[in-house]
Amino acid sequence: MSSSLSSTLVSAAPSARGYWTSVAVKLTRDKVALVCGSIIAALILMAIFAPWIAPEDPLKSSILNRLKPIGTPGHLLGTDELGRDMLSRLIFGARLSLLMGITPVLCALAIGSLLGVVAGFVGGPTNTAIMRTIDVFYAFPSVLLAVAISGALGAGIVNAIVSLTIVFIPPIARVAESVTTQVRGLDYVEAARASGAGSLTIIRVHILGNVMGPVFVYATGLLSVCMILAAGLSFLGLGTKPPLPEWGLMLNTLRTAIFQNPWVAALPGFMIFLVSFCCNLMADGLRSAMDVHR
Amino acid sequence: MIVYILRRLFYVVPIALAVSAVCFALVYLGPVDPLKAVLPADASLELIEKLKVDYGFDKPVPVQFAKWVWRAAHGDLGLSLATGRPVREEIARAISNTFVLAFFACSFGFSLGIAFGFVAGYFNGTWIDRVVTGFAVTGVSVPHYWLGMVMVILFSVILNWLPAMGMGAGGSADWAWDWEHIRFVILPAITLSVIPTAILARTVRALVADILTREFVSALIAKGMNDRDVFRHVVKNAAPTALAVMGIQLGYLLGGSILVETVFSWPGTGFLLSVAIFQRDLPLLQGTILFLALFFVFLNLLVDVIQPFLDPRIRRT
Repeated sequence: MSSSLSSTLVSAAPSARGYWTSVAVKLTRDKVALVCGSIIAALILMAIFAPWIAPEDPLKSSILNRLKPIGTPGHLLGTDELGRDMLSRLIFGARLSLLMGITPVLCALAIGSLLGVVAGFVGGPTNTAIMRTIDVFYAFPSVLLAVAISGALGAGIVNAIVSLTIVFIPPIARVAESVTTQVRGLDYVEAARASGAGSLTIIRVHILGNVMGPVFVYATGLLSVCMILAAGLSFLGLGTKPPLPEWGLMLNTLRTAIFQNPWVAALPGFMIFLVSFCCNLMADGLRSAMDVHR
Repeated sequence: MIVYILRRLFYVVPIALAVSAVCFALVYLGPVDPLKAVLPADASLELIEKLKVDYGFDKPVPVQFAKWVWRAAHGDLGLSLATGRPVREEIARAISNTFVLAFFACSFGFSLGIAFGFVAGYFNGTWIDRVVTGFAVTGVSVPHYWLGMVMVILFSVILNWLPAMGMGAGGSADWAWDWEHIRFVILPAITLSVIPTAILARTVRALVADILTREFVSALIAKGMNDRDVFRHVVKNAAPTALAVMGIQLGYLLGGSILVETVFSWPGTGFLLSVAIFQRDLPLLQGTILFLALFFVFLNLLVDVIQPFLDPRIRRT
């Protein structure tokens, strides 16, 4: 009897808390999401503290120590085609790879939700203008669009980030627009307007409060795609330039070494896979935690 | 029905024009004057002026665009700066190679994805479902260019079963549908099929699991319909959405093959694109992107036209 009472209390408790608290509680119960979140957090910390963690200078090459296999004393993960320590390069590589994988999504999140909210809230010709322009970018497969823009802009980290931002703005804007259009017609928005709230207040309090959740979940799902595409651009030679350590570029330069030392050549790709995999599972966890219907 | 199709056809015109505008604008995005990229540094003023007129750079931008679209509509995409051959011929040669690759990748990926999706959706919530879902998450998370490398390491370097790159003896011109040539397509096709397989498995799984919970399915089972006929009803309900996803995935596969084609040195459109980028061959870049994007628009149109035949509900709207 007492146990059933306490269990009803526990299950009733989250509804008494705020929405975000209940999301956080659900997330901490989701083991998969927790593990993936910790791996990503660890990789971000590794990237920040790279100079202190990495055993060697990632740019120091040595002709004598080229393409050493995994497990070589002094070079735990072997060396690359110029004799640079792989472990150090992978640790330093996290900096650029994560930067190029996360920044476009953040930029697209800001610009895309702004465009979507404006289109949805103002409506009419403004909506048509913004959303039809966005439709044009939907006519391109995402990889093609990213390659086309960064190919035209020329190789470089900033250009790659710009092109990926452009790729991710349309889907985010669409999500933001559809939620805004739904919310705009609801009674409590009418009530707020009737009680004298200005457009900015309504957007800030009512629209953004509803839009940010779905948009944020959607954007987390894009992180894994963005990691793969960003490293892919570098892999094609459109992102970072040698000798900077970045996983996609390392994968490209090590491609020539697959006949001598295959597993060392595959290492940077595994790092990209790890981040992208964790991002995907984390996004899934976040989606189900933020789903109020469950 | 006819009105629906006509309206959909009409809607393609502005999209196609806008897509062409984006492709045209690509040239002006670059940091360097497109002419300077091809001219030698010591080019004489007369030569610069002559080339400007040849390429139409002396006219205002809208006029240039109108001319470019007019010519593109007639199949003239200009000459490649690198080879001097018509861009149209370059694309024609490359696209047939990409189609070969896409054919294998799609046949493999779509059938596998649909089969996995059905099984996982039918056994929703069991370990089978979890295994398939796990594979699907892995499939969408894996950088396919890396997967390609790993497969080359496994099947070419270590086991020495399949060739690592290229399209076989004689190159693309001598492609034949025999084992000597198909050998070359296996690794790139499997690599390219991973993402469509995973996405299709996810979609079909969600569709089937959802359809099986609907009341009409319970009613069909309750009235004593056998499993095979119930299955037919499920397929009919899942088909329109699955078809739409397959159309988009085929377009993504064709447009996104650049990474896999680079890994395997497959002489398709993706390869052409990377050549165009690194030699700053702008007519070739513009032309290839325009072609691939328009093909994607066409695929979407095709899906929209086929869909009402599969789903009568769309016809009525």
